[in-house]
Amino acid sequence: MAHAAALEIRHLNKQYIVDNQPMPVLENIDLSINPGEFISVVGSSGCGKSTLLRLIIGLEKEYQGEIRVDGQPIVGTSLERGIVFQEHRLFPWLTVEQNIAVSLLNANQSSKSKHDAVHAHIEMVGLKGFENAWPGQLSGGMSQRVAIARALVSRPEILLLDEPFGALDALTRSHLQRELQTILRQEGITAIMVTHDVEEAVYLGDRIVVMEPRPGRIKRVVDVPLARPRDRGSYAFAAIKADVMADFSEVIAPPEPAPPPTHGLSPSWRFSW
Amino acid sequence: MSVISLRKLRRGTTIPALILLAWWAVYAFGITDSKLFVPPGQVLTAAATLSEAGELWPAVGQSLLRAMGGFILGAGIGLIMGVLLGMSSRTERFFSLTLHSVKQVSLFAWLPLISVWFGYEDGSKVVFIALAAFFPVVLNTLEGVGNVPRDWVDVARVSHFTPWQMFARLVLPAALPSIFNGIYLSLVFSWLATLGAEYLLGSGIGLGTLLFESRAEFKMDVVLVGLVLTGFIGFALDIIAKATERRLLRWRENTVGA
Repeated sequence: MAHAAALEIRHLNKQYIVDNQPMPVLENIDLSINPGEFISVVGSSGCGKSTLLRLIIGLEKEYQGEIRVDGQPIVGTSLERGIVFQEHRLFPWLTVEQNIAVSLLNANQSSKSKHDAVHAHIEMVGLKGFENAWPGQLSGGMSQRVAIARALVSRPEILLLDEPFGALDALTRSHLQRELQTILRQEGITAIMVTHDVEEAVYLGDRIVVMEPRPGRIKRVVDVPLARPRDRGSYAFAAIKADVMADFSEVIAPPEPAPPPTHGLSPSWRFSW
Repeated sequence: MSVISLRKLRRGTTIPALILLAWWAVYAFGITDSKLFVPPGQVLTAAATLSEAGELWPAVGQSLLRAMGGFILGAGIGLIMGVLLGMSSRTERFFSLTLHSVKQVSLFAWLPLISVWFGYEDGSKVVFIALAAFFPVVLNTLEGVGNVPRDWVDVARVSHFTPWQMFARLVLPAALPSIFNGIYLSLVFSWLATLGAEYLLGSGIGLGTLLFESRAEFKMDVVLVGLVLTGFIGFALDIIAKATERRLLRWRENTVGA
């Protein structure tokens, strides 16, 4: 089992310069994440949640405040932190096996142990037999499995997920959510997932960070004290989901109540057969 | 499978066969006896005679050698420059205007200058061919290298790619389809330029020289031999380039929709 890291974010501010004007993207983010914890980050578009992940992975350099992994400030990208993007971002000229091995290119391991790790992870995401397939031959769900294997093969301490299942159909999505949960339990690592799917956030998260937009701020943090694997149909699950959804009720105006039908068939007629 | 390709082949060869038949017929039935053209049989005889006299194949060999020399030189420099310009937007801005202006000068307008600088021997011909081969490669490489998707660059950065890995494992394979378009065009241009150079800078042996001299001596059969051979060689180069492309980019073949 890989070592799970703690993540400490203190007074994090980030702005982009647009037309010579500073535009705040993230404002005063404070968050402590315990080793092995799964954090869901939900928010409508424009709340800077993807930027937050890019800062933690080390793809964005300029920010104010502190981001510390196990007490160490992050400097650039690191093999200790893996990421799954919304699009699979596989290299089309490499096979499944070679795509996963990309993460280990600069890992300090023997080629034998790299080979073994790649195959173990192919098996883990259920793609045994597809080692030599090209990304162009895979479905969206399979490609995302490869992307998950690529993010995990270097045994990171933190896994970041940027709307990882957002582009998949509902059935594949719930299937992969279940598998991700199993995989992360095996690996025992810390995970932060950004999503705009509240159900997904409740299903996977130990805590849910609710963000609000312009500029991106943390509105509140919701605990999800439910045993895993979680039952999406349970009352407790629905209650938490409704609680988080309520945060977005201002943004999404409730639909106007439909006027009663004034013509056509009478209601009694409709249900008579 | 074979039935379909056979039918395709028959469909494709119908027009050439009809043209050949008509060509043969106008001479065989005495519809014309124009000396500006010769019957098909005479072309074959001329080819056999030339071949026996040891004039044909050395000429073909020399032409191919020049074409390849110019192609390797021009495409090679084009590839290196395209990569350098594509990797750095500052160098691209620096060279872009010059490159796109020079490109507009018709290739044949360079000939007087090249002949003055390099003479009428092989050197000037190879330089001319290299110039023809250079532009398609440099422009397509530049485009391919400059347009590597940022999404992939993120993946490479997360995997801690060194600058060399960034180039060899991301930029080059990502740009390869575009580079290949350039190389393919470059090969076609090289062969065209070879004939042009030999025809216009006629000295030494070669297919272009053969065409030029036989026209002067009004040997229409030899002119036609040269014409047919030029076409066949161009066709062969095309097939080789496409086969190489398919091999190098075989990942593109195995793609399902979306």
